[in-house]
Amino acid sequence: MISAARAPGNGVLSWLLWLAVAGLGAVSLGTVALSRGEPVNAVWLVTAAVCTYLVAYRFYSLFIARSVLRLDPARPTPAVLHSDGLDYVPTNKWVVFGHHFAAIAGAGPLVGPVLAAQMGYLPGTLWILAGVVFAGAVQDCIVLFISVRRDARSLGDMIRLEMGSVPGGIALVGVLLIMIILLAVLALIVVKALANSPWGTFTVFATMPIAILMGLYSRFLRPGRILEMSAIGFVLLMASIVYGQTVAQTPELAALFTYRGETLALLLIGYGFVASVLPVWLLLAPRDYLSTFLKIGTIFALAIGILVVAPTLHMPAVSRFVDGTGPVFAGQLFPFLFITIACGAVSGFHALISSGTTPKLIENEAQIRFIGYGAMLMESFVAIMALIAASVIEPGAYFAMNSPAGVIGTTAAQVAQTVSGWGFVITPDALTQLAHDVGETTILSRAGGAPTLAVGMAHILSGVFGGQALMAFWYHFAILFEALFILTTVDAGTRVARFMIQDLLGTVLPGMRHTESWVANLVATALAVSAWGYILYQGVIDPLGGINTLWPLFGISNQMLAAIALTLCTVVLFRMKRHAYAWVTIVPTTWLAVCTLTAGWEKLFDARPAISFLAHAQRFGGALAEGRVLAPAKSLADMQRVVTNDYVDASLCAAFMAVVVSMLVYGLIGIARAYGNPLVTAKEVGGDLRAVQSGA
Amino acid sequence: MICALCNLAPDLRLFGRRLRETANLMVGQPDYDTYVAHRMATHPDQPVMTREEFFRDRQARRYGAGGGGLRCC
Repeated sequence: MISAARAPGNGVLSWLLWLAVAGLGAVSLGTVALSRGEPVNAVWLVTAAVCTYLVAYRFYSLFIARSVLRLDPARPTPAVLHSDGLDYVPTNKWVVFGHHFAAIAGAGPLVGPVLAAQMGYLPGTLWILAGVVFAGAVQDCIVLFISVRRDARSLGDMIRLEMGSVPGGIALVGVLLIMIILLAVLALIVVKALANSPWGTFTVFATMPIAILMGLYSRFLRPGRILEMSAIGFVLLMASIVYGQTVAQTPELAALFTYRGETLALLLIGYGFVASVLPVWLLLAPRDYLSTFLKIGTIFALAIGILVVAPTLHMPAVSRFVDGTGPVFAGQLFPFLFITIACGAVSGFHALISSGTTPKLIENEAQIRFIGYGAMLMESFVAIMALIAASVIEPGAYFAMNSPAGVIGTTAAQVAQTVSGWGFVITPDALTQLAHDVGETTILSRAGGAPTLAVGMAHILSGVFGGQALMAFWYHFAILFEALFILTTVDAGTRVARFMIQDLLGTVLPGMRHTESWVANLVATALAVSAWGYILYQGVIDPLGGINTLWPLFGISNQMLAAIALTLCTVVLFRMKRHAYAWVTIVPTTWLAVCTLTAGWEKLFDARPAISFLAHAQRFGGALAEGRVLAPAKSLADMQRVVTNDYVDASLCAAFMAVVVSMLVYGLIGIARAYGNPLVTAKEVGGDLRAVQSGA
Repeated sequence: MICALCNLAPDLRLFGRRLRETANLMVGQPDYDTYVAHRMATHPDQPVMTREEFFRDRQARRYGAGGGGLRCC
């Protein structure tokens, strides 16, 4: 912790070492960026990323810690001041790092880069690296800092405290909207991965009895033995993957676990309701344990796999789809690439974690740099690994998996012809063979990122362990791994959304605030589930495949939250009279605001129906008025539904934009006030207790 | 040779302890021994939750209103 405050470069040797790291990074990045024609090895990409992280951490984060924030190792943290052995516990920095990383790592950094690979691996790589260094890690670190200096308060509380109650309220509504769209999109990814896949569906269903067994075990048999029961759960989980193959190959059993997307969506909605109303120890908590450990373990396994196998990237560095005509997501590189990658570069959601449990655990302020900035660098590395996994697949197979059926057709022959026509040559046999290798009947149009990532991971992991024979096992392992933690997020997120709704409604109907009341509980849960359930269902029946429509909306909302968090950071820096350094947050805030507002504007008002919700609604509405049915709708009722959904999506998009713009305005007002006041106006807590602390 | 390993043993034990602590904290369970030590130091006269009660209390807290059960996308 003292090292954070040490002067940079003690000795010539240290400078030479850092020069070498920077040089290696530059050479690797050059190799990745400039090679045209001959395939590049993934190790170059890993080296470029790791060197970038090391240099950024050593120099930029040190600058932020020492000059911008002036972290003070002598100042007592909330963990020290309010130490209770329960919520506030001064904890070893490596332990807090692990906790924080586990809380911020999720499906986002895995899915976004997979979708972004349609433009080639280079644009995605550059944004993941630049985004994390100058925006994502900066946000996580500074939000953590301002929360630690304010008794570990939450983001919403801090906005109220430093910017006023109106922006505080707007931010809370914004967070609730994000939760809803996030839950819908994540659930959609699971539905896309499990539709018509008896093997995958069986293993995911099997997690429920396994979790309940674990829940009973840790409640009655051996209370509190989390690691023990997780080990048992893990063994059962692996057994269910192995048995899943038998299920898939036995027609009578396979029929029991083969569902259409619509059915899966309804099951998931019902499940989400039940799981978040049941006692947490029975289902939610044990599944959370299992998914957390599986997630961390798989991330490590993938990192080792990439280093051992050193796979070659088959995706071109830059594909022809930077022009915005790609099938995976609509829109050109700017702004849509930045919206699509989302969590791996910068994620507004992390601001909620950095102002949640983590600030209550930090034992010394100087560790904020390591935990806030460092953990986000590691998250970004997860995104790089996902990009690698998507790029080691044959590009033809990648586009066959990620393009909507409406664009590429439904048979292997049609798909191979369309995709080869784009310049990504693939034969129908190769597509059929790939499906066979991973134990599925088809891999066509399995959008949503999860199946693509699973094929890439199976490719890498089977290279380390098991070879071709275990390819199908690893594919379903990867599907299960993603589905498991997505479903855990859906359960836990539904509960969080429920508490938010209770809180918001409580301002009008005080009775709704009682979290112990069954009526309030059921009403708020039903509201939360039906909100994300509606969007999920519309995504499942969306002829364009849903992900195409909803992922950009999620990306916009997540980056919008980041812009809000960074606006708060900027206001706080001005109120601390550190405005000379405020560019550290102003630059990423401006970039995120420009990206989200441009993307939002195009989603509303662009002339192309593929991009704009309103143009799409107009086209379908016009045809509806004339009584015509446009493909892929099949009836006038379908047409009506498409139009309604377009207006719902457009309203959400407009709401996100309104939130960003109003927060920016309040931010500017806050900055002007702080700048005009000669005194420090930041409302920090605890600094004056230093004397008490040292006297004790 | 043997003694070089003996000297490492406490380090390894500490590493194992930290690893277990990290795994537990990842799922919202703080260290029980730290809790007991804290209670002994600050409120020696008041009752302390048993390991079992502590586990249930923390579990309810993680998924309750305002708990830490929130995780990222």
